[in-house]
Amino acid sequence: VSLSKQQVQHIATLARLQLAEDQFDDVVAKLSSIVDFVDQLQQAPTDDVIPMAHPLNQAQRLRPDAVTECDERDVIQGNAPAVSDGFYLVPKVIE
Amino acid sequence: MAGQDQSLHLLSLADLAKGLSSGDFSSRELVEHLLSRIDGDKSLNAFISVTADEALRVAGECDESRSKGEAAALCGLPVVYKDIFCTKGVLTTCGSRILENFVSPYDATVVERLSAAGAVMLGKTNMDEFAMGSSNETSYFGPVRNPWDTDCAPGGSSGGSAAAVAARLSPAATGTDTGGSIRQPAALTNTVGLKPTYGRVSRYGMIAFASSLDQAGVITRTAEDAAMLLAVMAGFDERDSTCLDHPLGDYVGGLNASLKGRKVGIVQQHFDEGLDEQCAARVKDALKALEQQGAELIDVDLPNLDLSVPTYYVVAPAECSSNMSRFDGVRFGHRAKDAEDLFDLYCRSRGEGFGAEVKRRIMTGTYVLSAGYYDAYYLKAQKVRQLISQDFNNAFEKVDVIAGPTTPTPAFKLGEKTDDPVTMYLNDIYTIGANLAGLPGISVPCGFVNDLPVGLQLVGPHFAEESILACAHQYQQLTDWHMHCPEAYR
Repeated sequence: VSLSKQQVQHIATLARLQLAEDQFDDVVAKLSSIVDFVDQLQQAPTDDVIPMAHPLNQAQRLRPDAVTECDERDVIQGNAPAVSDGFYLVPKVIE
Repeated sequence: MAGQDQSLHLLSLADLAKGLSSGDFSSRELVEHLLSRIDGDKSLNAFISVTADEALRVAGECDESRSKGEAAALCGLPVVYKDIFCTKGVLTTCGSRILENFVSPYDATVVERLSAAGAVMLGKTNMDEFAMGSSNETSYFGPVRNPWDTDCAPGGSSGGSAAAVAARLSPAATGTDTGGSIRQPAALTNTVGLKPTYGRVSRYGMIAFASSLDQAGVITRTAEDAAMLLAVMAGFDERDSTCLDHPLGDYVGGLNASLKGRKVGIVQQHFDEGLDEQCAARVKDALKALEQQGAELIDVDLPNLDLSVPTYYVVAPAECSSNMSRFDGVRFGHRAKDAEDLFDLYCRSRGEGFGAEVKRRIMTGTYVLSAGYYDAYYLKAQKVRQLISQDFNNAFEKVDVIAGPTTPTPAFKLGEKTDDPVTMYLNDIYTIGANLAGLPGISVPCGFVNDLPVGLQLVGPHFAEESILACAHQYQQLTDWHMHCPEAYR
């Protein structure tokens, strides 16, 4: 399997990644080599094998549904690129 | 005292603890000495941040506590953190442009526990971007150089941690290991690298790459030092839902367990083509040394070993693509300027913020999880992962530990493998299995090839940290490879 340019562009769109025009061919080539490499998995006989969900076969632990965090909005928003009145700012979504 | 100061950097963590406790030197003196070595080193690029002022302040506090007879387990001992661990009020970049200015609002559990035990942070170490790499060349902050040969890579992704410990800039460092990122750089820099069982150490505050594989551990110069740190770091943490509530081993107390009668598994495929012949010779010498101390060498088979790297490069990128989706240019991290709309903001913030390897892994992961490919790749890989895990379970019915090489070759040149991701990935062929199966592993120095270090890897069953640490410690009582220090850093 070698990936086409169109496929790679579709993947990049799904992943919300802009790829530089001049690096695009390189990305296609390297991604294809990775996909070719992992394709050898197809040879492995895995009928009746249960896919692994956890390395120690443990179930997800649950905790009581109780608020444990304190209000640290200002500290946390200190890392945000753009905030106003406690809100995160993004480009206009609704006209 | 001045004369003694000159060699403090050569002492192990255990010896430094003794020196502090008997008052031979203070934590402040020790920290000043190491900070001046870090400051004086211009060639390795092992650090992203050096927290000198805070280190001196904490060291002073530790000295004071000690004078009052209140010394915690690691009181006044220096440590450096891989820059993947969140440190409150300190830059935490994960080696990425996208987190170039991120100051963590909280401490990782590992940091919290080590600090509470009195460890003094000297700084944050360089790493492959988001721990995705095997050479430390994917860091936004430039590659780390190997103290044994500065034209060579130190390995990765915990390359800065390994280089700092190898160059005696710090006696100990934390690391994370998703596919070999502690053990491989330890092997390439003549240090000890311990990756505990999946879930043994909390992942809270450790920036996630592949959540079912990531595990925090340490890089030190001796197994004894690794045991001292693990004893503090390990244990249940309710803030990490995958952290396991399982009794701790007696990591330090168990170190003196003899090798006599210990069943050591040898995997013939480890010595097939792909392994450098001279590395093979060093590893076989090490196995002989274990045997001479009464260990019994037993052949075991890991029939799906060859599939471990392709399995990993489906599972890890899949989890990576999910974890990396939190970087959106909105809540934290790099944000592209003058975005036209929200879609443009996401695409360009991420396009500008992530490096080439991280983008490749996100895209590989996105592909294997996408409609029409999920069963063929992701589900298939999780089935093969089950087979690989069963291979280990079968082997551990016959043996206590599996021993072999950590890496196929000694350190490689910077730039040598950057053009071919698959060749780079194959560097982790011997280490990845332990991550897929969630097993503990340790790499220990076992000799040199052309003046470059070689590592012996010991892998144990789940929660067998005490046993593999004891094996490694006993081996280090027989050999002095770990005492070898790169000439420029003595």
